Amino acid sequence: MSNAFEIKNLNIYYNGLHAVKNVSIDIPHTLITAIIGASGCGKSSFLRAMNRMNDLIPNSRRTGEILFHGVDIHQPMMSEVTLRRRIGMVFQKPNPFPFSIFDNVAYGLRIQGMRDKATLDQRVEESLRRAALWPEVKDRLKQSAFALSGGQQQRLCIARTLAVDPEVLLLDEPCASLDPTGTARIEELLQKLEKEITIIIVTHNMQQAKRLSDTVGFFHLGELVEFGRTEEMFEHPRIQLTRDYIMGHFG
Amino acid sequence: MARTVHRKSAESVFFLSALLALSVALLMLAVLVVEVFVDGFSQLDWQFLTHFPSRNPEDAGILSAWVGSVYLITLTVAFAVPLGVAAAIYFEEYARKNWFNTLMEMNIGTLAGVPSIIYGLLGLGLFVRTLNMGRSLLAGALTMALLVLPIIIITAREAIRAIPSSVQDAAFALGATRSQVIRTIILPLSFPGILTGIILALSRAIGETAPLIAIGALTYIAFLPDGLSSPFTALPIQIFNWVSRPQAGFHSNAAAAIIVLLTITLLLNAFAILLRNYFYRRIHAHLS
Repeated sequence: MSNAFEIKNLNIYYNGLHAVKNVSIDIPHTLITAIIGASGCGKSSFLRAMNRMNDLIPNSRRTGEILFHGVDIHQPMMSEVTLRRRIGMVFQKPNPFPFSIFDNVAYGLRIQGMRDKATLDQRVEESLRRAALWPEVKDRLKQSAFALSGGQQQRLCIARTLAVDPEVLLLDEPCASLDPTGTARIEELLQKLEKEITIIIVTHNMQQAKRLSDTVGFFHLGELVEFGRTEEMFEHPRIQLTRDYIMGHFG
Repeated sequence: MARTVHRKSAESVFFLSALLALSVALLMLAVLVVEVFVDGFSQLDWQFLTHFPSRNPEDAGILSAWVGSVYLITLTVAFAVPLGVAAAIYFEEYARKNWFNTLMEMNIGTLAGVPSIIYGLLGLGLFVRTLNMGRSLLAGALTMALLVLPIIIITAREAIRAIPSSVQDAAFALGATRSQVIRTIILPLSFPGILTGIILALSRAIGETAPLIAIGALTYIAFLPDGLSSPFTALPIQIFNWVSRPQAGFHSNAAAAIIVLLTITLLLNAFAILLRNYFYRRIHAHLS
């Protein structure tokens, strides 16, 4: 099995805070990897390192290597703009642009210079279908994205990300602000997408990690405590701390 | 029970004093407006708007003054808005936190409070003399642009800061460059707020007299400006000039000119507010 990411000795600092401590991990290609852990354990910082979103935070510093399909993402030849097109990201709170549904999905294509109306139409429809949102919005593409429910907005954000055809989808607690129905639809969608692209999802919901993921990593206080196949880790965690977290003793 | 009554009476005392404070302010404004109208309304006619100033108060008009004011304000906005918005974008999107930028920020805050006559003297020294522009429309507009620049920078920065960072993050995560984020997200979404700054700047600039007197705008002009280097006059200067004459006829003219100035200010503000509300509804209301 090939790896999408090989991460070696990753450290992330914000001013004085050492948020991610010496993490090394290999993330497999086209599977769902879940990152679990209590709030503030560095799992979001870890996720944001992979598409270099951390570069936007003033005073953040990194050491260590992140290889994406064998290529160092920090090497000078690799621009963060190209990288972010290949590695899409969905955030904790749905954050559609205050534009129409169509313009939201078309945004990533338009900034790449795509102007042709027919191609845009086709790519927008295709992305909305992949995000399982097309039947609900096909008659109101011109409406504001804010007319949608929270769960629909989050699927719109996924569609928007899929429109630029990324190889990886990073999701930072995508269901944190959704109701159970909305959550179920996102999970269903991710399981469908898993066959096409690599998915890395940060979640504090252990049930979700168990239901969705093939591999899972457990973070505690900035360190990667344990990483392995999901069934194994939930059935027979090797480390006491993991067992305590999974049993709900803390977190 | 007694306590509730006490609290209720304290409540109404507060309400009444707030109302009183408001009435005093409104009353003063009403007195001003009424007095100006009583003095000047009879003078106000088509002839007043279409005639040049004259030695005879009956024949005198404000054509050169109101046209000069409109030119001046238009040019001021044309200079100050691009500069001010660009400066605001620099501070919010590019500037790192260091001593130079902190000093710049403090300076802009201070500049907003500098008396306008100082800007007039700066304009006289820099634009009129050193850059040899003379007492021209261009020199006047540049001086006014400097005067309103801090207002525009401060309000534009606030408008930009009000855009949720989550929306910018979304654009960055889709592979947008910083300049694309500025063009497609920051500018459109902060536009209503920037318009608010322009309204404030306009209202300030149209009534300013001191800097124009300092750079030597003329008070008697019997022609319309025919270019950027043309001498000019403006409504506040004409008013100032008429008020300082001994004849009562000129005082009525001054009152009439004040009515025109107030009307222009109100119209400009109303237009800008309508525009702002239109864009606000279209874009910003979504974000809350």
